[in-house]
Amino acid sequence: MEALRTKAKELLAQGEVQVVIGYEAGTAGVRRPCFVRTAESAIRLVWDTNCIGNLAGYLTRPEIKRFGKPAIVANNAVLRSLLQLVAERQLQQDAVLALAVAQDGVVTELPTAQAVEDYLAISPGGLSAADREKMEHLAQLSREERWTFWQRELERCIKCYACRSSCPMCYCGHCTMDCNRPQWVSVPSHALGNLEYHTVRAMHLAGRCVQCGECGRACPVGIPIHLLTCYAEESVHRQFGQQAGTRAKLDYALGAFRPDDKESFIR
Amino acid sequence: MATTLKISAASLAALFAVLGDAGRRILGPAEVDGRIELKAVRTLAEVAGDQIQPVLSAKETAFPRVERLLSYRMAPGKVELQDYDPEVQPTVLFGLRPCEAAGFNSLDAVFNWDTRDKFFNARREQLTVVGLSCTQADDACFCTSVGGGPGSTKGSDILLTPLPEGGYLAEILTERGEALKDLAPALFQPANGEDKEAMLAKVEPSFEHQGLAAKLPGLFTSDIWAEQSLRCIGCGACAFVCPTCVCFDIQEEADTKQGQRLRCWDSCGLRQFTLHASGHNPRSAQSERWRQRIYHKFGYFAERFGGPMCVGCGKCSRACPVDMNLKEHLTQVYEV
Repeated sequence: MEALRTKAKELLAQGEVQVVIGYEAGTAGVRRPCFVRTAESAIRLVWDTNCIGNLAGYLTRPEIKRFGKPAIVANNAVLRSLLQLVAERQLQQDAVLALAVAQDGVVTELPTAQAVEDYLAISPGGLSAADREKMEHLAQLSREERWTFWQRELERCIKCYACRSSCPMCYCGHCTMDCNRPQWVSVPSHALGNLEYHTVRAMHLAGRCVQCGECGRACPVGIPIHLLTCYAEESVHRQFGQQAGTRAKLDYALGAFRPDDKESFIR
Repeated sequence: MATTLKISAASLAALFAVLGDAGRRILGPAEVDGRIELKAVRTLAEVAGDQIQPVLSAKETAFPRVERLLSYRMAPGKVELQDYDPEVQPTVLFGLRPCEAAGFNSLDAVFNWDTRDKFFNARREQLTVVGLSCTQADDACFCTSVGGGPGSTKGSDILLTPLPEGGYLAEILTERGEALKDLAPALFQPANGEDKEAMLAKVEPSFEHQGLAAKLPGLFTSDIWAEQSLRCIGCGACAFVCPTCVCFDIQEEADTKQGQRLRCWDSCGLRQFTLHASGHNPRSAQSERWRQRIYHKFGYFAERFGGPMCVGCGKCSRACPVDMNLKEHLTQVYEV
């Protein structure tokens, strides 16, 4: 943690970055996002095993962008998000300085997307063991049982959009859910509205989800909604052989066309 | 009106059966897959004991997340309109914390301020609130800073306070509470001077709400709102779990032949809340939306109704994905 504070202090003092996006101590042991803009306040930064939130969503927010060049304290989920944001042309290759912190507190500066790619190649991270188990459990259920499971879960959805707001890949300024001319997706949080919202969101994240689980953590009523987006992502991985958050140059699997596509209907 | 009685745990369990026989639905905090939710319960044993409060508030029982207001069908040369009366049944809200119970006072004020809202009132009139004093609090709680307290009677029809030797003090506070007690008067005994205060959780006040309200007009252009809201991700979790937030949006679900009009929860924290048809948004930044939330609850509402639109339950702070702790933020504003 000291190494991180020292590094942040140094970067801010030398003007290499204007803001360090990191974690600070919050309520009752919670680690929450903070935005350090002066060398003196680098002392606010903390790093421990509770720093699990994905901070990458802030990289595309106008309130944060206006500070200038950011450094971001990065767990693997942040790094995968960074690559995907570069792949989707939301960030330049060298627009963000990632500060990867290892278990022992050693800070590695990753100034470019290439450096992030190399770092992730060694330890990619991904779904937690508990989530992997839940995914496998769901996969073993019959279609009817899965349908019942999701109906029961989505019944609790209050359409607060915390899942969308917390997702680093949900950066659209004007989301399909908010379109009302025409109204694509039913707004009320009744059975149909909830089902449409979460299915459309999962489809929009298929091939783009970095499997950080942030949407599931953000849900106030405890819907494991990340399992749906992760499932969609893995389905794309299986069928198209590419995975979001692994490369800085990555075509969108569901939007790219290749003349040598193995499916005949598309040629 | 208020009389203080006692009820033993066994008698309280028996009261559940009496209520059931009298056709009352009982909703209480119960454990579902490790979460505490307000659920239909039949017995006292189903009610979760050692817990602060459910994630969602009880406002849904009077102000549901989706309320159908009317529907229509177009036939050649005419439009058939259909009005609705909400389907309601007599309901006992059991084990509501005093903060949440007090939340109904805010809802009552708004839904009866100029027009008596038919839907809200039809549901509300069927509710009897049996509050349960708090013997524990957490870091999100701040009832004592906004005029409430762990044993506050505001909003409850009956307030129960657990006694160390078992059983509860039962304060019968309103006619509805009296009517509930009268279903089984023999289950209650006279109290004999038990010290209610000694049972309650200690919640130290963090700020003083009148002082906070007085401060707000001078802080409209302060940098504090932008600073506090930097980590806010702009979702509606805080408003939707809040027992006093009342904003709604009217949605029309229609095709060319028929449709229905629905009232749905909305939140001032969402970008679209103030988005004009022209594309202009008078609250275009999250900092402005955060400021609005604070000003509405602690300034504008207080001016109109004489107290804050906040009961200090802390649900928003617990639900927030990025720990926007309201008590902490309000204390900071108070101390500017």
